[in-house]
Amino acid sequence: MKLDPIDRKLLNLVQTKFPIVPEPYRELAEKLNITEQEVLSRLRCLMETDIIRRFGGVFNSRSLGYKGTLCAMKVPPERVDEITALINNYVAITHNYLRDHQYNIWFTVLTDSSEKTADILQEIIKKTGINDLLNLPAERFFKVLVNFELDEG
Amino acid sequence: MLTEQEKTLIRELQTGLPLSSRPFAELGDKVGLTEQRVLQKIEEFIEKGYMRRIGAALRHRKVGYAANAMVVWYIPEDQIEKIGQQLAQHKDITHVYQRKYHQSWPYNFYTMIHRQTRAECYHFAAEIAAAIGIKEYQLVFSTKELKKSSMHYFTENSHNKELNFKDRL
Repeated sequence: MKLDPIDRKLLNLVQTKFPIVPEPYRELAEKLNITEQEVLSRLRCLMETDIIRRFGGVFNSRSLGYKGTLCAMKVPPERVDEITALINNYVAITHNYLRDHQYNIWFTVLTDSSEKTADILQEIIKKTGINDLLNLPAERFFKVLVNFELDEG
Repeated sequence: MLTEQEKTLIRELQTGLPLSSRPFAELGDKVGLTEQRVLQKIEEFIEKGYMRRIGAALRHRKVGYAANAMVVWYIPEDQIEKIGQQLAQHKDITHVYQRKYHQSWPYNFYTMIHRQTRAECYHFAAEIAAAIGIKEYQLVFSTKELKKSSMHYFTENSHNKELNFKDRL
């Protein structure tokens, strides 16, 4: 899908300055000089084409009592599909990437207790028989994402 | 502590904001709050730091950042603060974390960098390395996104149920 300048402006606005008012889409429409209906149909289209992957509240997991960690695993290439299926089945595992490295499966675990995280990792080790699993909890956050400013030209 | 009603509202907000002209009224109907109360609660969540904002998360591969690399670094403890602050300023570095060090994985600092191609990622990492005076680093490229979902808070009892906001379109 080709983004036009209005899509780009809209994407910049909805990433950072979504109005918290009764009629937020109308307010965005005024800023963009288009109708509210057009804002809604553009957003619908951006979601359907998966340019917007999520649209809603962005929460601070730590202040809600959740803690995340990053894990890396050395998985033999022929077992990647099987182990991906196992890992992706956990709701607490929100991100999982195949990476071009000896440690080839990298995933994040987000839970509200370190015991729950430890249980999940133990279960994965037990079910897969793979012990080479690094648990890399964050010790300091300097920057957590993530708006992509689009060139509006 | 959060009340059950607040948790329900957080869950709804997390699932997604309706695409209708009164989205907060619609959310309110689901959780038994007026539109005005929903708006107040959101302001309160932001004020207390529970919520960062309402907004969209983009699939960045689709908006022109074709290549990204996780760069893992080893940075001496006494330089972490300064380098962390420095790298956080850069708009093409989206995540900057200090993480636990392992003997078998001798890195303690993680960044995500974004460029158009892998070659440009290598070049960018080399520029960063020169700027911060750190030689021990590696780029780890992703070849496939196997899963990327958002956390569904307070839903432990509905185990493994993937709530997809797109079901609401």
